[in-house]
Amino acid sequence: MSSHLKSNVIPPSRQREKPRAGMTWIGQSMKRVEDPRILVGKGGYVDDVVVPGMAHAAMVSSPHAHARIVSIDTSKAKNLPGVIGVYTGADLATVVDPCPSFASPPVTQHAMCMDKTRHVGEVVAAVVAEDRYIAEDAAALVEVEYEILTANVDIEASLEATGDAVLHPDDRESNRALDESFSFGSVEDDFAGADKVIKRRLRWNRSSAQAIETCGVVAEYDAFKGGYTIHANTNFYNFIPFVIGGSLRVSPGELRLIPVLTGGSFGSKVFIHKIIILTAGLARLSGVPVKYIEDRLEHFTNSDSHGSDRLYDCELAVMNDGTFKSMRFTVLDDYGAYLQFGVGTHGNAMAQVTGPYRIESFAMRVIAVLTNKCQQGPYRGFGSEVTNWVMERMADAAAEELDRDPVDLREQNMIQPDEFPYMITTGNIYDSGNFQEVLAQAKTLFDLEGWKRKAAAARADGRCVGVGVATCMERSVYGPTEWWFLNKKEEPGFTLTSTPEGISARFDPSGKLFVTLNSCMVGTSPETVVTQVLAERLTVAPEDIVFNYADSQTGFNGVGPQGSRFTAMVTGACVTASIRLEEKLKRFGAHMLQRRPEDVELRGGMVAVKDGLEDQAKSFAEIALMSSFFRLSFPDEEAFDSGLETTAVYDHPISAEPHPDREHLGIFYPIVGHICHITAVEVDPETGKVEILDYAAVHDNGTIVNPRTLGGQVWGGTANGIGTTLTEHFIYDEDGQFTNPNFAEFALPSAHEMPKNLKLGHVETPSPYTEYGIKGGGEGGRLGAPSALTTAIEDALREKGVKISALPVTPPVLRGLIRNADAAAAAAD
Amino acid sequence: MNTTAIELEVNGRKHSANVPPRKLLSDFIRQDLALPGTHVGCEHGVCGACTILMDGKAVRACLMFAVQADGASLTTVEGLSKAEELHPIQHAFWEEHGLQCGFCTPGMLAAAHELLSENTDPTDEEIREAISGNLCRCTGYEYIIDAIRTAAKKLRVTQASDASQNA
Repeated sequence: MSSHLKSNVIPPSRQREKPRAGMTWIGQSMKRVEDPRILVGKGGYVDDVVVPGMAHAAMVSSPHAHARIVSIDTSKAKNLPGVIGVYTGADLATVVDPCPSFASPPVTQHAMCMDKTRHVGEVVAAVVAEDRYIAEDAAALVEVEYEILTANVDIEASLEATGDAVLHPDDRESNRALDESFSFGSVEDDFAGADKVIKRRLRWNRSSAQAIETCGVVAEYDAFKGGYTIHANTNFYNFIPFVIGGSLRVSPGELRLIPVLTGGSFGSKVFIHKIIILTAGLARLSGVPVKYIEDRLEHFTNSDSHGSDRLYDCELAVMNDGTFKSMRFTVLDDYGAYLQFGVGTHGNAMAQVTGPYRIESFAMRVIAVLTNKCQQGPYRGFGSEVTNWVMERMADAAAEELDRDPVDLREQNMIQPDEFPYMITTGNIYDSGNFQEVLAQAKTLFDLEGWKRKAAAARADGRCVGVGVATCMERSVYGPTEWWFLNKKEEPGFTLTSTPEGISARFDPSGKLFVTLNSCMVGTSPETVVTQVLAERLTVAPEDIVFNYADSQTGFNGVGPQGSRFTAMVTGACVTASIRLEEKLKRFGAHMLQRRPEDVELRGGMVAVKDGLEDQAKSFAEIALMSSFFRLSFPDEEAFDSGLETTAVYDHPISAEPHPDREHLGIFYPIVGHICHITAVEVDPETGKVEILDYAAVHDNGTIVNPRTLGGQVWGGTANGIGTTLTEHFIYDEDGQFTNPNFAEFALPSAHEMPKNLKLGHVETPSPYTEYGIKGGGEGGRLGAPSALTTAIEDALREKGVKISALPVTPPVLRGLIRNADAAAAAAD
Repeated sequence: MNTTAIELEVNGRKHSANVPPRKLLSDFIRQDLALPGTHVGCEHGVCGACTILMDGKAVRACLMFAVQADGASLTTVEGLSKAEELHPIQHAFWEEHGLQCGFCTPGMLAAAHELLSENTDPTDEEIREAISGNLCRCTGYEYIIDAIRTAAKKLRVTQASDASQNA
């Protein structure tokens, strides 16, 4: 181990439930508990919320990328019948303060523009009216005079901007929001000693999650009745009151955030703090409850959830025998106009930046660039989807320059099964894995050798068919240090280390297990997971488990689904709750059976005498009834106080703080899955269209709780990755106009774009740290698909010499690459 | 604002209403009829979340005005299930994990319903074609296709047993 890692000590495992075969509920493809109500249209999404006296907001959005607001005339809008109020940024600022920011120092963002607009779609005024139609009519009557400023669109040019082109002159002297360098291990020596340095410039362009439901809020304010009541489709509802209470000038307890079923997130609805603050402020100003649901255009242009937009200059130091020695890069990232999470997406990438390979040193310079675009937010992968692609591009580049088979080269450099837990050079650990087995299964499932022959034969016939293999990491269960450890170490900002998950559970007097969750449902399966784990641990029948979602006032400790954390985290809370409930059940049950607690066990929903007769048992229902209503039947001791209830919190399976000088980053994303995606594609060279001929994905997500729902996550993530690679690209013109913010021009994959013969495989290498050995699996598809597809497309076009160094390769982009390659070949002849 | 009187049947129930001519059918269904199962994803006719059945045909409620539904018979997702039982298509979606967040699901169910009323034994390619106008961001479509294939089978069994009972 390199000396810089010596202080990064791996804590002992806190695992209580060991992975094991033959479990009753964990491992079953149980039908989801959540589904029936959703299937009949009664899911309860944010736009389904109606409160008495509710009015509707519509926004006046900036048509300019960068402009000073000279004047706003709201008089015509205010006079429209049905309008309750028209408000500007100055009005809003009388009741709310700027938005929270994890950047340090913060980049100031107001929920509504004050003096300047910094991207197309930013809100410059808002109308509250009796209905949305009137509100939109009135919004069109608001007259805004702008003084147009230089728009910063290009990632490199924006760094050079001066004067009025600087976005935030009060916060930053230039559009360089952050510029930090890090080095782990002996990078200089490793590069000096390398036989070869592979260099590539790689570009990952902007897109976003675009869940089918947009973001929305219903907010009420009552100064005399304890503050705000808010319905919103944020994923963070038990966490966010602390974060936004300051902006709303109330304590977290005066902010009741009620969760709703969320129509897809993929990271994009983790926070949505801006429109919560905006809508809440409008409710306070107007004196009526206000509903604001983004329309699709607003979701594209103003939702603060654009994905990574990066330019890498990357170098990989290799030996002639193929050994990867070291990697380093400089990365520019176009964060847009604000910096809500700092460079957390690069922090995330540090979890697995070296991929599944033994690369013993690594260095990075990260430069966060501000431009006149909507700001970035989380999107499935949270930055690691990009470094996975960069690592795999570099592996392919190394194979090309060393004249090696790309799969063999990968295998040569892979971490071996006996090396876990493996600490990578940044300090994060890979808890467990068997990358070789995943690869072997994927090769077989896909028939890699057969496809290689078929592709070669097709190419010999003049067709452009190719095969691509990607072997990638899928980190899961984050710790929040990733949000701040890349900040300037002298002023790291809010250095939180907790993102817990909790549940409360009680047996109601009828014996049903009533569970309250603290995290919302976003398309994941929180109730199903908890049902499977509690049924397993307590021997309760799944149909006897009933669910409720706490709001932020009644709830306690929940961070929600993101960073592939929820299943492993809530399972930890379930195990704690189960241990406590088991103890209580046994205490009451043993007393009823006139036995000692150590002489009874849980069996089939009963407390039963160990090795006892069939009738020497009490059902949970009997015990729950007695413990709820028959206090005098039990000893007069605190241990027998009424009810079978507990609240349990799980903090993290294993984490450690970053080094104060950032010699390493600590352990922050340790529960790692591994994925191998293999695909065959055919490119139509005349149009640049890519058809996926075959696709296999093998994932190792540790112990699988529910194979079918995990499969759903894999294919869903893969579909996102296909879109990211082939069709999805936010195109801004030179004036900063967002030219394709709609579903007609920004093409999400439809059923036709998906491969028709998906092959799914699993390897189960249990985590030694989480309960039952579960690992997260929510992001893997998007973490692997872009790499496999890129390699396959390049392979398909190998005779033409097309090289892919930027995503996406939309048909026009790919057609351009082919045209250039053909022209170069013609010139060479 | 001027309103226009319309009469229509929704999920078997007759409704009379006076609606502004510009009111979208999707808003009328969601707001005036308080049937929130018809979801609005894009409001420009691409995502298909708002798809409902109008006289048995799948239509996009966000691309129609309520006045255009005058005299029509509509079925929304709320009208598919009977009493406390899921419709066989809904049940198949449940069994096959054909939904995650559920936001696109009402539109998918409508598209599937239209397909299966015309074609009792569709090929996967026909299923793919039938749902190709409905976007799903969660599933990657694979399990939706499984669900519709399973639903077709369920409906064929039901029809066969109905036929044998009637024989």
